[in-house]
Amino acid sequence: MSEIIKLTLNELVAGIKKKKFSSHEVTKDFVNRCIKSKKLNSFITDNFDNALKISKKFEIKSNQNKQLPGIPFAVKDLFCTKGIKTTAGSKILNNFIPSYESTVTQNIWNEGAILLGKLNCDEFAMGSSNETSFFGNVENPVGKKLVPGGSSGGSASALAANLTPATIGTDTGGSIRQPASFTGTVGLKPTYGSCSRWGIVAFASSLDQAGPMTKNVKDCALLFQVMSSYDQKDSTSVNFTRERYSEKLNQNIKGMNIGIPKEYRVEGMPSDIEKLWKQGIEYIKNSGANIVDITLPHTNYALPTYYIVAPAEASSNLARYDGVKYGLRTDGNNLIDMYEKTRSEGFGDEVKRRIMIGTYVLSSGYYDAYYLKAQKVRKLIKSDFDTAFDKVDAILTPSTPTSAFKIGEKTNDPVSMYLNDIFTVPVNLAGLPAISIPGGHDEKGFPLGLQIIGKAFEEQTILNVAYCLEQKINFKNQIKDWWLK
Amino acid sequence: MSIDQKTVKYIAKLARISINEKKAKNLANDLTNIFKFIEKLNKLDTKNIEPLTSIAETKLHLREDNIKDANIRDQILENSPEKNKEYFVVPKVIE
Repeated sequence: MSEIIKLTLNELVAGIKKKKFSSHEVTKDFVNRCIKSKKLNSFITDNFDNALKISKKFEIKSNQNKQLPGIPFAVKDLFCTKGIKTTAGSKILNNFIPSYESTVTQNIWNEGAILLGKLNCDEFAMGSSNETSFFGNVENPVGKKLVPGGSSGGSASALAANLTPATIGTDTGGSIRQPASFTGTVGLKPTYGSCSRWGIVAFASSLDQAGPMTKNVKDCALLFQVMSSYDQKDSTSVNFTRERYSEKLNQNIKGMNIGIPKEYRVEGMPSDIEKLWKQGIEYIKNSGANIVDITLPHTNYALPTYYIVAPAEASSNLARYDGVKYGLRTDGNNLIDMYEKTRSEGFGDEVKRRIMIGTYVLSSGYYDAYYLKAQKVRKLIKSDFDTAFDKVDAILTPSTPTSAFKIGEKTNDPVSMYLNDIFTVPVNLAGLPAISIPGGHDEKGFPLGLQIIGKAFEEQTILNVAYCLEQKINFKNQIKDWWLK
Repeated sequence: MSIDQKTVKYIAKLARISINEKKAKNLANDLTNIFKFIEKLNKLDTKNIEPLTSIAETKLHLREDNIKDANIRDQILENSPEKNKEYFVVPKVIE
């Protein structure tokens, strides 16, 4: 039997069900590995002792039909966990212990999984490299001093390093797919309204979605099926019958039409990425699907639109951090002074920047010029996709314009950092589902991802395309355990 | 458009974030660059386009106005930086 920590989520579930090993044995192995992997800084808060205790008592007999029986499972620290510190990577929430559980994590515990700990992320999920976290940089197991991507950087790092069998992140502009691409893992951003946002620390409410991050597509389908549910506590949760994504997963894409948008061929894109994309197109053809050239003419306007909409929503959402109800308080001479000092001390630079952008674009006299304009362009971007999806079943693009970069490489230039999300942001603006799967390595040996975008609520289609491509690509990660003590 | 330090301080005031001179200078520079990037949108004619206000094509549902979670005052106060038995405590606001 191969090492437990290297098994996929599906293999672990099957192994526990068949009593090849117990939940406790699995949990012990992951906890030991996590303890030896502190150098990566993927965790903000651990729940190791608790997890070991719970797993010891986990009795497979009474839990035979659960989907994640006794599986240790770490989650991004943006999900509220009852009785366990939830920081969103921010100093302002460093002492926050929720008295409630997020719907998505509750769904996961209901299927038998056990909380292993809370994973590092960019502060309030604002970042593309995990460098904005109050709790420090996270290293990418792919290479020393390499960012894991962001904002779900701790999640991607922990998953790629085999510290958790699978995990969850949130994706507002690429925060699941970009780190998945940087670490050679699979990440799905579901359709807006598929997974409940209740109990997730809010960043930009019209864009935020929680999604699975896994070692392969089959695990992704299983975890997504557990996460997705209709929830009355989230007013934008959509009430529809969820598929059994995992059972329905298949590789048959014969006769499907897959779109290739010409606008995703951006200037200065490394030739490795172009090559990878072409290879993906060949694989699609070989599988009996048709390649269709499409156009998404407003792609270039997606990032500027995003950098109005997301900060505007963020500045409103983050108004709640006032030092009164929870979180950090810094004393001041009067109420206003207390607010200003609390927020100045509690928020990091990137969060302040975005609050400032948002406040400005919503301020009196500027609303029409910026926010209203952005909403109109958002409509154009969505219409581009609607038109394209009249002709195609899914769209294939690269996930990111580069592979993982060095820690510190882009921190002084916010705009160049923002450009990282050029291929992922349009999907959030249009509310669509998209998955990133490892497509190969570049000349430096770093992983690169391919992205498959689908129609709203047709996750099954993109999971199937991803499953088919995954078999053909046959990606093998080259991670050496360099960080282990 | 360029954003000067005076504007930065005004926005910071609106956002209730105190900033010093050095921060204001850096922010003016960052925000100027970001707005240059954002203003690419001005190239687009959007005169007859309806703004997209909600991505979820679903009607907001109504629910009965019933109490579900009652008597959770202590839970609500639990995380407050300063409280007494029944209230959040803030600096004096009325002279």
